[in-house]
Amino acid sequence: MTSPVFERIADIIAENSDVARDRIVPDAHVINDLGIDSLDFLDIVFAIDKAFDIKVPVEAWTQDVNAGKAPAEHYFVMGNLAQRIEELVAARQAKA
Amino acid sequence: MRLEYFQMVDRVVALDSDSITVESHVPDHSPVFEGHFPGHPILPGVLMVETMAQTGGWLLLSLNGLDRMPFLSKVGEAKFRGFVGPGAALHVTSRLVHDGSGYAVTEARIEAAGKRVADAGITFRTLPFPDPALREAMLATARRIGLPGHG
Repeated sequence: MTSPVFERIADIIAENSDVARDRIVPDAHVINDLGIDSLDFLDIVFAIDKAFDIKVPVEAWTQDVNAGKAPAEHYFVMGNLAQRIEELVAARQAKA
Repeated sequence: MRLEYFQMVDRVVALDSDSITVESHVPDHSPVFEGHFPGHPILPGVLMVETMAQTGGWLLLSLNGLDRMPFLSKVGEAKFRGFVGPGAALHVTSRLVHDGSGYAVTEARIEAAGKRVADAGITFRTLPFPDPALREAMLATARRIGLPGHG
């Protein structure tokens, strides 16, 4: 069972890349498994930002990974990515 | 404009928190026009895109206090609606559509003699300056074009 946020993100990825929608499953790594390149990922992040009215902190995530503070899977495996987005949406709603 | 040096922006004429307008004067003579095209010199579309990209780049540089360099990463829906010849005075406007984490999305247009001649959606990656010399060059250009706060 996946969340509506997961489904929306999966739709966005399918719309902004060559990845077939049925390959976008919770344990798929966005880069290693789905093969999303950095430019497609930028389009995807823009679409996610717009869809959820948030600013996905990709730079901070990348810094965390590079500094060894978090494994890449924490942000870039689909199920976890959806969870991170849900947290960002909750944080926005809490501020409103 | 100095086409051979990719200096596309002459002067900033307006700037606010999400848009910029610049002026650019297309040179009367340039080797570019010898090839594009003999007997019918016009500014190449790729140089109009570059002009819109540089305009948006100056908007982003101003907004980030010349802290990060915008690099062109995507051009979407570029349309060239009219010819631009030697000597044309261009007004170029760029508007910030979205300021993301490490990237920004803009929409730009070029007008000549009050008519829109080109427009495009332009996306940038914004990165720390890869070399201090580049930042120094951008600061010098900011002064030359009168970027508010640097002119």
